[in-house]
Amino acid sequence: MKKPIISVKDLVAKYGDETILDGVSVDIYPQEVTVILGGSGCGKTTLIKNILKLYHPHSGSVKIFDEEVTLMDEQEFDDILSRIGMLFQNGALLNSLSIFDNVAIPLEQHTKLPKEIIEKMIKVKLDLVNLGHAVNMVPSELSGGMKKRAALARAIALDPDILICDEPSAGLDPITSANLDELILKLKNLLNMSIVIVTHELASIHRIADRIIFLDNGKLLFSGTLEDAKQTDIVEVKSFFEVGTF
Amino acid sequence: MEYREQSLFFEGELTKHTVPALNNEFFQYKDRAIVSLDLHMITKIDSAGIAFVDEMLSQLDEEPNNFLFMNDVVKTAYNTFSSIEIKPTKIKVREDYFTRLGTAFIIFLQSVKDGISLIADISYWSFVGIFSKKGQRKGSVIQQALFIGVDALGIIALLSMILGLILALQSAAQLRQFGANIFVADLMAVSMVTEMGPILTAIILAGRSGSSIASEIATMKVTEEIDALKMMAINPIRYIVVPKFHAITICIPLLVTASTLIGIFGGLIIAVTYLELSATVFINRVFEVLTFRDAIIGLGKSYFFAWVIVIIGSYYGFNVKGGAEGVGKVTTQAVVASIFWVIILDAINSLIFYFNI
Repeated sequence: MKKPIISVKDLVAKYGDETILDGVSVDIYPQEVTVILGGSGCGKTTLIKNILKLYHPHSGSVKIFDEEVTLMDEQEFDDILSRIGMLFQNGALLNSLSIFDNVAIPLEQHTKLPKEIIEKMIKVKLDLVNLGHAVNMVPSELSGGMKKRAALARAIALDPDILICDEPSAGLDPITSANLDELILKLKNLLNMSIVIVTHELASIHRIADRIIFLDNGKLLFSGTLEDAKQTDIVEVKSFFEVGTF
Repeated sequence: MEYREQSLFFEGELTKHTVPALNNEFFQYKDRAIVSLDLHMITKIDSAGIAFVDEMLSQLDEEPNNFLFMNDVVKTAYNTFSSIEIKPTKIKVREDYFTRLGTAFIIFLQSVKDGISLIADISYWSFVGIFSKKGQRKGSVIQQALFIGVDALGIIALLSMILGLILALQSAAQLRQFGANIFVADLMAVSMVTEMGPILTAIILAGRSGSSIASEIATMKVTEEIDALKMMAINPIRYIVVPKFHAITICIPLLVTASTLIGIFGGLIIAVTYLELSATVFINRVFEVLTFRDAIIGLGKSYFFAWVIVIIGSYYGFNVKGGAEGVGKVTTQAVVASIFWVIILDAINSLIFYFNI
């Protein structure tokens, strides 16, 4: 059995008095695509944001690369973060910068690479997401799908060990969505990336998922391979794979 | 609606158009014994009609299904829209006065703590930022200096000139009566250098740059750009706030100097045209009256004004709640708070340097 690259134990997350995640324990394994599923408001995004310390967990343990991160100071955690790429639900591109400059941020801030190399890397990453023509555009000039792809290019700029995507295919047409899945698989295979994805798209799940984590009302309902998920007797998981959506 | 044999009979439409009148009618029968509601003759019903039925049932104080007679149309609508099965939402009970007072005090303490922590962060990273540009975008200080300084120069110059003209004109009318025309130079020099120049510049910057800082950071927070920076292991304070802090620190003395000189020039125009003083006499008097201490106090306090504007703008920006409405709200709050604290700081400065408290 592989050692998990991210290991969450008994994670409790709260907004005020409301418990969003109630003792969730999950493991995410290297070089796999792990898909986090669940109905709206079940805590999928909260789980990711707690793992990445964008929210502070109420209790529990989060280990990334075998290091406990909940008690880490900012400096130590920055080292961990520089090995993780994140694609936000709405892209979260910096609106005042061009697409080129957006993708350049992590490369300029975390490497000492010469300008020419950085430029080449940016062009390759934008080309990978079919945005080679949009280098000088600003986010407000892009469509929703283009923004998401630009954000993906920024997330993979540093060839991270872990790529986390929050609903990457939401709002995309089926062809763009399928291309995105293809790209995700390519990244997994070429760069040995471990990929965590929050999605509801059944077609996408069938194409890319190795492992499924299913949350319901802040609790872990199922964790296992895609094949196990398809054969489970858990009603919610079963109905998801039968109906395909929430 | 008809009442007979302890039942209420309905016919026709039970929709948002008919419910208001039926609701009034229901009040007439409320005190009578009602054991059932008959909806067999209803031809059309919507969610307002079902809500009305639920409301009537809740007043009957009995198990609703035993006393409700419906046709298929009503039954289907009832199964979809009835609120009877929905768990009642927890309604927030209004807390008593002391609980609210205590909560407000805890929130106040928390905001003081957050404010102090932000001041410490901004001060630390701004100091570190002098020696290391890591975590900042190339050319961001110059870009910010152009926005905060150069772009604001026009409006500051115009308002300083108008203020200088007004100050000189109003005082000239009084001074002339006593033959004390020359003192208009004293008044202009001291007031512009120690007070009007710095405060006018600070208020314009609070309105212009303070609002821009708060809204920029708040929008970035709302659109998850701040989270994205954090995820790229980039400190948002270093990346967003420090360039603004450095830029305003460079620009404020220049803007205050420009405002002061232009204001005094406005006074000179009135002195020459209205009080018939010569320009040379006015200028000589200005230099005679002004002390080095006045200039240092005027410029010195302007730095604190500038820093307060950046810190308050950042504080409100980082603490935004909600979406577009929240951004508008914190922007207004930032401008009001910046102007308030600029004036408070000015008062403290006056007490320290002019009353030796």
